[in-house]
Amino acid sequence: MKKLISRYFVPGKTFWVEEYQKDGGYEAARKVFETMTREAVIDEVKKSNLRGLGGAGFPCGMKWSFVPQTTGKPVYLAVNADEGEPGTFKDKYILHHAPHLLLEGILIAAFANNVHKAYVYIRGEYSAAAEILEKAVEEAREKGFLGKKVFGKDFDLEVVVHRGAGAYICGEETGLLESLEGKRAYPRLKPPFPAVVGLFGCPTVINNVETLSYLSFIINRGAEWYAGLGSPKNGGMRLLCVSGHVKNPGVYELPLGIPLRKVIYEHAGGMRGEYPLKAVVPGGLSASVLKADEIDVGMDFDQLRAIGSMAGSGGVMVLDESTCMVEALMVTMRFYAHESCGQCSPCREGTGWVDRILTRVVSGRGKQGDVDNLLDICSFMGGTTICALADGAAMPLRSYPTKFRQEFEDYIAKKRSNPELLSELFHGAETKRGGQKELTV
Amino acid sequence: MIDKIFTPEIKAKADALVARYETKRASILMILRLVQDYHGYVSPEAEAAVAEYLELPQIDVHEVVTFYTLFHTKPRAKTEFHVCRTLACSLLGAGKIVKHLEKKLGVKEGEVTADGEFCFDQVECLGACEIAPMLQITEGEYVGDLTPAKIDSLMEDIKSGKMDPYKKKQKVSV
Repeated sequence: MKKLISRYFVPGKTFWVEEYQKDGGYEAARKVFETMTREAVIDEVKKSNLRGLGGAGFPCGMKWSFVPQTTGKPVYLAVNADEGEPGTFKDKYILHHAPHLLLEGILIAAFANNVHKAYVYIRGEYSAAAEILEKAVEEAREKGFLGKKVFGKDFDLEVVVHRGAGAYICGEETGLLESLEGKRAYPRLKPPFPAVVGLFGCPTVINNVETLSYLSFIINRGAEWYAGLGSPKNGGMRLLCVSGHVKNPGVYELPLGIPLRKVIYEHAGGMRGEYPLKAVVPGGLSASVLKADEIDVGMDFDQLRAIGSMAGSGGVMVLDESTCMVEALMVTMRFYAHESCGQCSPCREGTGWVDRILTRVVSGRGKQGDVDNLLDICSFMGGTTICALADGAAMPLRSYPTKFRQEFEDYIAKKRSNPELLSELFHGAETKRGGQKELTV
Repeated sequence: MIDKIFTPEIKAKADALVARYETKRASILMILRLVQDYHGYVSPEAEAAVAEYLELPQIDVHEVVTFYTLFHTKPRAKTEFHVCRTLACSLLGAGKIVKHLEKKLGVKEGEVTADGEFCFDQVECLGACEIAPMLQITEGEYVGDLTPAKIDSLMEDIKSGKMDPYKKKQKVSV
């Protein structure tokens, strides 16, 4: 199997600048700076069909072509290394093993978009990743790849390693910008899009770590070659993060469009215990759940969308028959209730109510009609808010009870419960109410 | 007041951080982290000092401190176990780990042991589902593939000094 980014994933090892250069590192950036025009780079990336691998899947080259170059304002690059989508851990691998691969991608993106300052927004918990990247930035500066006169050209580039402080919403691109400006990460209304009015009111390119890390391969080996690795309109490879009830959880670099069945049974070693497959969350927690008979789908942005789910951030969570879907949904919705920024009512109230209802159900106090109630709340959460957090929450909220309805009805009818999952600190009154008969939700 | 929080050492580091950004305010997460790393938590005095240092109204600093989960407004235990409770970890038994910690430490989630040494809480996805169930020690090390026995030996290592939970450094864990 071909390895691009993942060939650097040697356990416990970081490829520092010398070793990275020995492997051909920084040659793509050199080629760009010494022989190409901005337009040619953007064209090449367009032709490669590189999609935004942070989750939205937006064509990278097209995103770059929206950045106005005549406003008289500087253009910024914000690198999204917030990696908060549950089930996703690939950017951590890139930052730990191949920080220079990211920096080279930043150089290429900076050249293409006329950027002289890039911010890398790393999630607060990734302390090692931030340290490694800081050191790599220093190394690159000493080598003349960053700082003044990059590659001896009349082009300056500063890279600032910025650390978040624990908030899922900072992975949303405009929330990230607000956070970078030193505020609460409340997402912004679009338009204007960040490409036009972004960081500090200036045009801003926002790309995920993984997206940028594929740029040097595209420049080195050509757009056609890269596009040909993937499926139609979904160029190249991506790092799929497989977790849950599989034998070998981990990061697998696979071509876009690979059937999900192959990912689970050939690459991740199949199921880990005696239980067969029950369901898969294919693209991070916010993707609609797939049943065991839906795994012949190709893992790219278009094919997953066509069956009502999404490729998202590439986080594949595999659930076996021992999993209770009611409890899995409760854990899932608790996440959104915890991480909703609170700005828009449908999301703040919606995730809150859903969480309380599901907590009550998992406490053994479910009521007839709860399932319809959940689906009803779901119907006003999607498409009614500033950012996509509520849409993301609505996908599991709609798909779990729809695809596993009988299991929900049985759980409630039999008054099953699982106190192990309840957190008194988070739910307070809900869990303490115990066997009380009056119920508020 | 500001000098008590921004000692010369902290101030020098803070000045270097502020210089990286377009606006003073943009550095606030980094400055708060710096202050918290030295003083253990962000007290109301620290909030006021940061506000003065960044030339912001204190309410702006307070808003930020209370929004982000990694900022703490109260003194904390020396060693914190942050147990991930999101889907992958939950599927593989995070609940059992939490119950074990509760029993082992004799405190409930969010409470500090009487000697001030330990506390635990449940957090949302830390981006390490491949080693689920997992926890993060304070703001450092990720420890994965947890079992009750592994928790016991982890605590032994910390108590005997074999593992230093106070170091902020995280190993290349993957």
